Amino acid sequence: MATTQNIELIDSAARAQRTFEDKLGGEKMILNMGPSHPSTHGVLRVVLELDGEEIINAWPDIGYLHRGDEKIAENMTYTQFIPYTDRLDYLAPLANNVAYAYAVEKLCGIDVPPRCKSIRVICAELARISSHLLGIGAMAMDIGAMTVFLWLFREREKIYDLCELICGARFTTSYTRIGGLANDMPDDFLPMMRKFLKDLPATIDEVDKLLTRNKIFIERNREIGVLSPADAIDLGVTGPNLRGSGVEWDIRKAHPYGGYENYQFDVPVGTMGDCFDRYLCRMEEMRQSVRILHQAADTMPDGLWNAPEAKIVLPEKKAVLTKMEELIHHFINVTEGINAPAGEVYFSAENPKGELGFYIISKGGGTPHRLKIRAPSFVNLQAVPVMAKGHMIGDMVAILGSLDFVMGECDR
Amino acid sequence: MSEKVQLGFDQKVESRDLIITRLDAAIDWMRKNSAWPMPMGLACCAIELMAAGASRFDIARFGSEVMRFSPRQSDLMIVAGTCVYKTAGVVKRVWDQMAEPKWCIAMGACASSGGMYRSYAVVQGIDRFMPVDVYISGCPPRPEALLEGLMALQNQIGQERAIKAMRSDAPVTSLYSQPKGPIIIRGEYAPKFKA
Amino acid sequence: MTPQEAIKQLETRFAGATGVPVEFRGEFTVTVAREKLVEICRFLKTECGFDMLTDLSGVDNFGDDSRYEVDYLLYSLKHRCHLRLKIVVPEDNLVVDSVTGVWRTADWHEREAFDMFGIRFHGHPNLRRILMWDGYPYHPMRKDFPLAGLPADLPETAVDAGRAEAAPMIGGPFVTTSGARTAADREPRQTDTASERFEKKETS
Repeated sequence: MATTQNIELIDSAARAQRTFEDKLGGEKMILNMGPSHPSTHGVLRVVLELDGEEIINAWPDIGYLHRGDEKIAENMTYTQFIPYTDRLDYLAPLANNVAYAYAVEKLCGIDVPPRCKSIRVICAELARISSHLLGIGAMAMDIGAMTVFLWLFREREKIYDLCELICGARFTTSYTRIGGLANDMPDDFLPMMRKFLKDLPATIDEVDKLLTRNKIFIERNREIGVLSPADAIDLGVTGPNLRGSGVEWDIRKAHPYGGYENYQFDVPVGTMGDCFDRYLCRMEEMRQSVRILHQAADTMPDGLWNAPEAKIVLPEKKAVLTKMEELIHHFINVTEGINAPAGEVYFSAENPKGELGFYIISKGGGTPHRLKIRAPSFVNLQAVPVMAKGHMIGDMVAILGSLDFVMGECDR
Repeated sequence: MSEKVQLGFDQKVESRDLIITRLDAAIDWMRKNSAWPMPMGLACCAIELMAAGASRFDIARFGSEVMRFSPRQSDLMIVAGTCVYKTAGVVKRVWDQMAEPKWCIAMGACASSGGMYRSYAVVQGIDRFMPVDVYISGCPPRPEALLEGLMALQNQIGQERAIKAMRSDAPVTSLYSQPKGPIIIRGEYAPKFKA
Repeated sequence: MTPQEAIKQLETRFAGATGVPVEFRGEFTVTVAREKLVEICRFLKTECGFDMLTDLSGVDNFGDDSRYEVDYLLYSLKHRCHLRLKIVVPEDNLVVDSVTGVWRTADWHEREAFDMFGIRFHGHPNLRRILMWDGYPYHPMRKDFPLAGLPADLPETAVDAGRAEAAPMIGGPFVTTSGARTAADREPRQTDTASERFEKKETS
């Protein structure tokens, strides 16, 4: 026998009235942003939980560029791993090379000559300028200011020309070697760099005029993505993101390496911890890098550009081809790798994205037992949920742009 | 009237404002000179792709006016960077969403063959799951190499049989004349600095 | 506060739970007991001022008695010094207490250690894979996992992307054994089928 059941049929007007009288909350929507998205710099996926336009929660999902660098490192000699370090933070390859070289040199306990240190400082600061140019360019482009991107890319092309002059490659340079550099700096490098440094501040000023007092840019960045100093330290955020939150900590000042103690420069620190402060930190860091580069170029010492340790550094080709001992050293160095002592060491450098650290555990021999890359972007991205809560989807783009992360480094 | 039948357009009439050509040629010419790229910028090659789009190398003068990030509005997918297995499904899905006619450039060593990452997580070349028209070698390839790859692709598009593809029910890939298989670009592009 | 003073305070406060400190290239490493890990970390954060956890990494010492270890690198912004803590984890009890309650940054680092080594962190708010996809059956950084990888099913979001295959090494140049002395041991030569055929043709 059929059972009867009472159904309540309400028309749309009644339903609308009922919804209005309910708590004005509405359904939460899960929106997927990325991994193929123009504004997530690289392949980052952010899962947003939205209430209308407002973000309630944001979970970054990474791993879309995990290439297995750390496992590859266990199978390569220290020198063979240098090209992989280029591709970590691929916006500033020279800086990664420098950090890795110093890490392995710390493990081996060797010190490089002053000329090598000066050249490495120049490389690192050029990389910093290059990375910040793209960071600001991409951030501005995502917010809508396309012109800035094209202007800053023109300056990046000049840095590419400099990289090409010094090591042959525009971009993925692999310039440093353990105990020194691949080759000495050519003679026309410093004049070309000085010419570039003469023109760069004018471009930075132009961008400043376009963006810093621009009402739209300020509206989109002020008080967006605020990260308090306590949160920043607890989350392990480093680099301009930490300094934008007001914590004055720069590895170049706190634990100077590679001769940074000889140069005069300031470290910009923000006050509010929002996107605008991070942008201002990066702009000012570029100007300070110009200052360091001028000093490094003026005080460039002559002399050796490789450490004299024959067991670590490849000897001069002329000697390899004529003398027996150098030939044996060259052979052993290339086939077996440098004979690093057993021990564990951690070295971190102030990369443009933050603190790039290499934690090397060596059991002796030419390949590391474990090479852990402490990537700044990996740690900085953990701050996204904290920064994005309560903002709107459009602000998410500004937050990601101001964090300036790179997925190559984050996923390794 | 010219006796030759060629895929190209001839200026036949003296007043020079009337062009008589084959429809295939006209369609191919329009398609190849307006191949809007969908930049699947995964890793470092994406930076060189951006450099190719910026003012110095300017991919727009080859017809790739805008980088359309929406697959529905683009013709050419440039996969620039290492594709890992986690991303492979995403790339394939975006490729499937693109409307015909579409072409694919594998830019860089990682997209062509896995590059220097022969590890557990990296797809050893995107041609394992999607069809590729042009492979550009380099790590990363210079923007000039990308432009040469684009030009080679444009030559290939210029030889397609567009009308037959639109009419026939045969699988689409067999209708585009790919006489010698995909094009591989490798070469020396670095400008020589004076010593 | 220098690392040595911090270690001394640790030794007095947690007697018996700390090992002998090791100093190498100016860095101090001290092995601590697994059970007291969170207490020690909290003590170091609140009393000794190590407010930043710079790095957390898992290590696989294949062949040792206690196969895994987890290293914590602490940093004090105020005193500008580093300190490394090390705990050893045996393979049969691969669980460690999570320090996300002490430093929130440990969240993703511990997820990565879980993903790569299989070390579980007790008390972690969200312990799932971070770099590999969720259904991946292996832990790649273990020493017995090959660099080329093993075949696995791809995640559900993959559309017709096939299956994750092992990278074709064919004895190619990047297959090495970690720690082998010479390149000949480390890089087995590729079997050259073309020249084998050629040699066979010559002799036949």
